[in-house]
Amino acid sequence: MTSKLPESGTQSGPKPSNTALKLVLAAIAMFGFGFALVPLYDVFCEFAGINGKTAGQVEKVEQWVDTSRTIKVQFITTNNDGMPWEFETLQEEVEIHPGAWTQVAFWAFNPTQNDMVGQAVPSVSPSEAAQYVQKTECFCFDQQKLKAGEGRNMPLIFSLDPDLPDHVRTVTMSYTLFDAGAFAE
Amino acid sequence: MTTATANHDDHADHGHHGPAKGIMRWVLTTNHKDIGTMYLWFSFTMLFIGGAMALIVRTELFQPGMQLIEPEFYNQMTTMHGLIMVFGAIMPAFVGLANWMVPLMIGAPDMALPRMNNWSFWILPFAFGMLLFTLFTDAGAPNFGWTFYAPLSTTYAPSSVTYFIFGVHMMGISSIMGAINIIVTILNLRAPGMTLMKMPLFVWTWFITAYLLVAVMPVLAGVVTMMLMDIHFGTSFFDAAGGGDPVLFQHVFWFFGHPEVYIMILPAFGIVSQIIPTFARKPLFGYASMVYATSSIAFLSFIVWAHHMFTVGMPLQAELFFMYATMLIAIPTGVKVFNWVSTMFRGSMTFETPMLFALAFVVLFTIGGFSGLMLAIAPADFQYHDTYFVVAHFHYVLVPGALFGIIAGVYYWLPKWTGNYYSEKLGKFHFWMSFIGVNVTFFPMHFVGLAGMPRRIPDYALQFADFNAIATVGAFIFGLSQLVFLFLLIKTIRGGEKATDKVWEGAEGLEWTIPSPAPYHTFAEPPHVK
Repeated sequence: MTSKLPESGTQSGPKPSNTALKLVLAAIAMFGFGFALVPLYDVFCEFAGINGKTAGQVEKVEQWVDTSRTIKVQFITTNNDGMPWEFETLQEEVEIHPGAWTQVAFWAFNPTQNDMVGQAVPSVSPSEAAQYVQKTECFCFDQQKLKAGEGRNMPLIFSLDPDLPDHVRTVTMSYTLFDAGAFAE
Repeated sequence: MTTATANHDDHADHGHHGPAKGIMRWVLTTNHKDIGTMYLWFSFTMLFIGGAMALIVRTELFQPGMQLIEPEFYNQMTTMHGLIMVFGAIMPAFVGLANWMVPLMIGAPDMALPRMNNWSFWILPFAFGMLLFTLFTDAGAPNFGWTFYAPLSTTYAPSSVTYFIFGVHMMGISSIMGAINIIVTILNLRAPGMTLMKMPLFVWTWFITAYLLVAVMPVLAGVVTMMLMDIHFGTSFFDAAGGGDPVLFQHVFWFFGHPEVYIMILPAFGIVSQIIPTFARKPLFGYASMVYATSSIAFLSFIVWAHHMFTVGMPLQAELFFMYATMLIAIPTGVKVFNWVSTMFRGSMTFETPMLFALAFVVLFTIGGFSGLMLAIAPADFQYHDTYFVVAHFHYVLVPGALFGIIAGVYYWLPKWTGNYYSEKLGKFHFWMSFIGVNVTFFPMHFVGLAGMPRRIPDYALQFADFNAIATVGAFIFGLSQLVFLFLLIKTIRGGEKATDKVWEGAEGLEWTIPSPAPYHTFAEPPHVK
């Protein structure tokens, strides 16, 4: 690539081939950076407690229960576009003390002629409450497999960390159900 | 442009050979002027193709209701119009200008990597051939908007999306190679005495732009690669069912996308900074502050991307951060605008065509900047988001902004390229038709946007009918007046009043010390810059 360089005069820096090589490496590094944004995005969301993502499964520990206040926890279910399952919450809302373990259940039914795999994706609103939601068991941790015509009650066992900020009086836990057939494990 | 350099071999007084004959001259050339010329003609062709698509869109929008085309085809037209104008018209035109002018302005004999230069140009016709060919497939062309948000561009995309992905890969490689070439040329091939802070501003702005390209075009390549993997290899970067996140797409895309909009405007800043001092017959006011302002804009462009996504559901702190960071950009941009105005202040101004386009650039780009400032206000953006106000905003910065900058540069350097003066009468006619056309097209879009007309929809409510009809008339005035430009270019290439070496009375810089037309080889002996 350097064969056409002039012999004289115009030398005001490093060798062109070195500069070009560095820039090619920089471009490759930025290609990698694009992919690094994927985990960085999750790390940042978790760190900042945004995007309504809850942490994974936790060990159940008996903790101090803040009986001085009661939090209203609402449950919402949504089917993603084209997901044919019936997907409902059996309790629309519960009132709990922070720190107390609570079990609720959701109902899923596959009305189709085919065996299907579903995946529920959780989201918490307000998003600042997401990091205080502790779950020991959730149907959203795993893919749910339902045979044709099969229905099932799916449990959720959770508590709210007593450190939950005082101004949060209502927490909405939303689950969106996706057809995960393409990603079946 | 092309024939002129070919016909004037005898002008090349450095004992070099002239260009080869026939088509292989263009296929095999490593000459920066040939490659610059090819880039410019390529982008001009793309301007007409993308412009024809815009006119189809505007014709459909002339009246409410669906009369001309199907909604699916409308979506293909808006998508292809955006892709072709951004990647096919504006960006290659700037690369073409850089190829022609950067070596001439810094006293270099050619670009530093001439074979790569040839390669980076010749990838482009194939990339856009592949993109355009999808129009003739059963699946139709990409229809998900030029921003190709997932899952529209993954789960719900037409099967032609794969051609689109490879097309983007190829044009990305072309841009990266072009950018590397420009950086290496500027860092290594400056004439003795041409220190960085003596470089003309067009060179400076391109230098910074090239770094932006190296930094973000690979991220674009990354995001389309993720799409490719989601579509064909069962990954789920953007599919929530498999653990991905569609919002992630928007973050990665706009991490590329926002620097990209500065890639499309910074070289135009450079061109205007060359032209205004020439025709005001005063040195540029605040040269150093122009350099620092350009660098600041480039830096800020990396930390404002989420202002494109205020309505996606972000925490308040993020909305505030991106709002204030975006508004910060108004400061260096304001520095530039005031510097241009100060350059003109008490200058001996004349109003040749390049100056007219440059002045229109300053005024109309500033309008686009102000509407950008309005869009930066996060709470207000919830009203403006995805309306025609956004369309008006980015067309004001891209058409009378970037495109007028390019046209101004072409008029400014055309006598140097061809050796002939263009017809000033025809140039002024082109300017006024373009100026009127562009404003009649895009100004009414502010009003319908504020009143709530959504973008990317082929039909609209009755109350928007009058302004849409006006915009369509303006679009045809603007589109047809570019045929005047084509006619003028051909006429100037074929002949005309002979240009002097200096071309313009107030012109300063190395490119005006060589003969007109510029010989095939220049600065084989480097000039000395005092």
